Formats: sequence, structure tokens, C-alpha cells
Amino acid sequence: MEKFEKLTGIAAPMPLVNIDTDMIIPKIFLKTIKRSGLGVNLFDEMRYERDGSEKPDFVLNKPQYREAQILVAGDNFGCGSSREHAPWALTDFGIKSVISTSFADIFYNNCFKNGILPIVLPQEAVDVLMKDTEKGSNARMIVDLEAQTVTTSDGEVFHFELDSFKKHCLLEGLDDIGLTMAKADAIQSFEEKAAQERPWV
Amino acid sequence: MSPKTLYDKIWDAHVAHESEDGTCLLYIDRHLVHEVTSPQAFEGLRMAGRDVHAPDKTIAVPDHNVPTTPGRENPDQMTEDSRIQVAALDKNAKDFGIHYYPVTDVRQGIVHIVGPEQGWTLPGMTVVCGDSHTATHGAFGALAHGIGTSEVEHVLATQTLIQKKSKNMKVEITGKLRPGVTAKDITLAVIGETGTGGGTGYVIEYCGEAIRNLSMEGRMTVCNMAIEGGARAGLIAPDETTFEYVKGRPHAPKGAQWEAALNWWKTLYTDEGAHFDKVVTLKGEEIEPVVTWGTSPEDVLPISATVPAPESFKGGKVDAAKRAIEYMGLTPGQKLTDIQIDTVFIGSCTNGRIEDLRAAADIVKGKKIKEGMRAMVVPGSGLVRAQAEEEGLADIFKDAGFEWRLAGCSMCLAMNPDQLSEGERCASTSNRNFEGRQGYKGRTHLVSPAMAAAAALTGHLTDVRELMTENA
Ligand code: SF4
Repeated sequence: MEKFEKLTGIAAPMPLVNIDTDMIIPKIFLKTIKRSGLGVNLFDEMRYERDGSEKPDFVLNKPQYREAQILVAGDNFGCGSSREHAPWALTDFGIKSVISTSFADIFYNNCFKNGILPIVLPQEAVDVLMKDTEKGSNARMIVDLEAQTVTTSDGEVFHFELDSFKKHCLLEGLDDIGLTMAKADAIQSFEEKAAQERPWV
Repeated sequence: MSPKTLYDKIWDAHVAHESEDGTCLLYIDRHLVHEVTSPQAFEGLRMAGRDVHAPDKTIAVPDHNVPTTPGRENPDQMTEDSRIQVAALDKNAKDFGIHYYPVTDVRQGIVHIVGPEQGWTLPGMTVVCGDSHTATHGAFGALAHGIGTSEVEHVLATQTLIQKKSKNMKVEITGKLRPGVTAKDITLAVIGETGTGGGTGYVIEYCGEAIRNLSMEGRMTVCNMAIEGGARAGLIAPDETTFEYVKGRPHAPKGAQWEAALNWWKTLYTDEGAHFDKVVTLKGEEIEPVVTWGTSPEDVLPISATVPAPESFKGGKVDAAKRAIEYMGLTPGQKLTDIQIDTVFIGSCTNGRIEDLRAAADIVKGKKIKEGMRAMVVPGSGLVRAQAEEEGLADIFKDAGFEWRLAGCSMCLAMNPDQLSEGERCASTSNRNFEGRQGYKGRTHLVSPAMAAAAALTGHLTDVRELMTENA
């Protein structure tokens, strides 16, 4: 996985609440057996007409947000299904961080496995950042993972909380499975003990 | 020892390793796999030269993509990409030696229905699946939750999951349900109360008299939608109802092992005085048959209500409600019972079990569906289908004008050919009413099986209790 360091990029507003995984990547695109190539279908039904032409009103179709790397979103972003196709589509499009007041649990976890940093901030902070996105490509927002801060184009700084293990893995671009396999002994002794205590499993 | 919740007990019994920062390796007892979220995980294993750590604890079944029409063994019935996905699962199951129920097996069905039916799901277990409705298995007092594909790969390779413990939430439903009110109404009413984000960060334990009185099928319906309330998992403490259901299932313990298991299972309850971080209580008698009017499962109202005005909400929900009402083609103030329906879908891992079909058949018996209505029943598994045929339910549905399908996810997410067309409006027993969930621009109203059956007969959203008095 790619390391996440400091990100300076354009932020796009998606103030709608409860943006679900069906909106992020509709199920017809789940029939792939690959992880890549989903970016063109990110937010497909909101982004395109039925004939494939772009809906000019959709935020990521507007010239000033086409290169966005950050999304500032409404409450409960990523609710719905467990599909990791949602973060795959986001990364493939170029989104590296999503900021909201809250995220659905599975989506939140899935982001970290794909080098995306989901940031939870209080409503007041999200409101300020949402306002900052209005400047479009005239402005750059800064996300600093090491310092755990988001800085607006005006220099206003917000600190966010983050689990230390998740931070470490993202900063270093670590592979979870490799890390866990290094604990094979612990797993084996658990299995031995469990086989005694709960042999029916 | 300080008192523990049911969640605490199951969690503690499965921690294989704990780091200083509290990050744990949680051991996984059962890993369920389906065709949509697993191909990239198996691919990852192959690329890294890794094996499945515990193939014996891994069970696979294709369900999301498969057609539910007769003759589906013929791969020509599937689109090219669906065919590739199902074929990939066939191959992965074979190559890695995991338990498998192909479409040709009568035991095939929706993964969350097959697991319990075959006795793979047992009390006190940890169960995961690359599917958010894994919460269903919590009905057995198993800690069960959905995971992403990277985590599927992680579990395949290590049989563990990297986790931090969630908080404890209690949802108590006191008293008795009134006639015509079902498990589906309970679970929707709870989400209406807490919102779709209300459970975020929590594992919910459902308890109270109304929950105790539910069958296993009903309990699975309740836990199934814990995820729609944002919770990581939903749990119900196992009791005689649970043990009765589990006993004799193909993969349930037998003989002395059964006795040993039972002894442990009987310790799986929340201790007196254990701490919950959040408590929600609803009165069972006050729950009415409910429907959703919008495009989020939290958009729940009693059937006697009217479409709300967006201005009656707060914050970002005002715009979301506006958008939902427009998408759904409704008018604020309109009576919910005046909403005309053109499709009825009875099925899914929420309501595709035998009891659901019985409840729907009870309403439909001897009647005909409204002219022009498209109505289908999709049993949750081949075994549910067989049992419904034996009990005569299939004939009741067919005589009334329903299509009687083979098992699969079908129109719950419309990945197979069963889809709504633009503007079509469906009363559905599934779990999500998101925009486009059942087909592009399709409109979904979530209801219980009895309410879906009622809508099929009248052609509009209907209070099932009116038809029940008629029957009596
Ligand atoms: S029936 Fe619906 S919710 Fe259940 S597993 Fe299938 S697609 Fe998911």
C-alpha cells in the first residue's frame, strides 16, 4: 500500500447526509474481479445521465473540482454495504481523504486498507471546511497525517483524533496481513487453547 | 469479577493477541464467503503465495448474482461478468478446499440464511462475511459483522481480524407486540428512533420481553438490520428458542459435544449490573406496522402517518428529505396508504425465511393480487423453498398470481436480472431503500412480509391489520 504523508489538494463539497455506498459505486460495477478501474464510475448515478453524458451540476464534473483529492461530506458518509469497491473507486478517481462529522464503521475501516484517510471532525469544523471548498481550485486544503491536522486555505487549523495503530499503518503503508502473520505463534496457541475449551467449533 | 455484557464475554473468549494500544487480533470461528466481495481477496492470496489458514471454518455460496429463474444452471442465463464472478468462486472454493454450496445444490441460498440453516452459526461464535448483513447471525448470540474485501483476505490468511473493541449499547423492547406487528416492524422502528448513524461505534444487544418472544427467524430479522442503524453488530442472548433451533442441524455439535457446548452457551448472557454506554427502550405495544417513505432506512413512519414535510427535519436532513421526497415521487402531507405500488418483492436475508413466507401466505390465501401488479416471492434458500412447497405455501402464492422463484438475493440489490425499471414503485421486504438500490430510479418502500402481501392485494401501501380483521 502507498504511504500517506502530507496532502495538499483541492477539496470538493458533498454536503448531503447519508451518502451511501450504492451512491459511491452502484452495484452494477461490483461484478468486477479486479480492484482497479472503478474511478470512472465513482458516484455513477449522480455523475452521469443514462446515456453516459456528464451531469454538469454534479460537483466532481465542475471544472474547479475535477482534480479534487479531498471530499468534505455530510454526516454518516459511506453507510450501507461492506463493498470495498467504494474506497477502490475513490482512490482510483484520486480522492485521498474524506472529511465528515461521522462515517459508517465498515467504510471507515476499508479506507485505511486502501491508503485513504477518513477524518472525523465536529460539525463547526466541517462547516468551516465546507465553506473553504467553495473556493474550488483557487484554494488548497492541507491534510497532515503526522500532525493530525487539516488546514484551510486561510490557514485555519483543525486537529483530528485518530487511532494510533491505524495512523502508523497508513504512514508506513504497511500490509496488515504481513503484520498479523508475524504473530502466528499467538494465533496458534489461541487455537490450541480453543480446541480444548470449545472443541465443537 | 466485574459484571460483563454478552458482547464482553464473546469478545474476551476470542482475543488471540492484544497490543499495548488495545488493538486486538480477534479469532474468527466462521468465515462466510460469497462471489461479489471475495475474488480480489483470493487473488491477493495467490499473488502472495498464501493459503487459506482454516478451510474447515470457511463456507462459500454464490447468492448475489445468481438468477432466480428456472434453468439457471445454464450459465447462459447470466451476464458475462456475473458468470465470471460465480465461476471464480467455484474455482476458488475448489482450489482452496473450502465448504461450498453451488447453485445446483438444494442447500444453496443467501449466505446469511444458509449459515444458520446448516448449523454453521452457533452461539458464542465470532462470524464474519464480506457483507454488511452478517449482523443477522447475532440472533444466535454470535458476534457477527460485515467486513471489506481486504479483511476477507486477512481472515482467509490468518483466521483473525484486527479489531478494537466497540462500545456496548442496549436496545430493549418491552411488553408484547400487537397483532399484525412483526420483527421487521421492531427493527425498522428502532432505526427510526436512533437514525442510521445512531449505532455507529456500538455493538447492540437487543433484549426485553418482545425480543424473547420472537422465534429465531424473527430474531434474525431484527439483528439483520442492526447495520442499518450503523452498529457493528447486533446480538440476542441465546436461550431455549436458540438451542431448539440449533439442535440437530448438520454442522451443530452432537452427543457429548452438544452437552459441553450447551453448558457454555448457557453462560452467554449479560450479567446483572453490567455497563451499557447507551440505552434505547421502546414499548412493544406502541409499535405499529411501519413503512419507509424515503431513501434511507431511518425514514420510517407508522402506516397510519402521512409523508412528512422536509422543513420538519433539522440540519442536513432537510435537504436529504427534500431530495428523497422528489426521488420517491411523493407529496408532503400525502397519506402513506394512498401510495400506489406496482411491484412487490418478498425475500432477502431480512425476510426470506419460512416464517416470513408463512406470514405473507396467511394474508394472500385464497385471494388474487391486484391486476397489473408484478409480485414475486424469492425464498432465501433451496431448503426454505422446498419446505414452503411442502407446506402448500408455494401454491397459495402461485394461485394468487405471485412468481415463485429459486433462492438468491434477487431484487434486494438487483445485481441479477430482477430489477425495478425507472419510476417503478416496490413494496419490499428487503433492508435498503437507497436510491437505485433495486434498479436505476426504482422506488423502494421497506415493509414486513405481511405488509408486502397486503400491498400486493390492494395495489397500494396498506395497513395489514385491516385485511386481518377481514380474514377473522
Ligand atoms: S439478500 Fe440483500 S442484503 Fe442480504 S446478502 Fe443478499 S444482497 Fe445483501
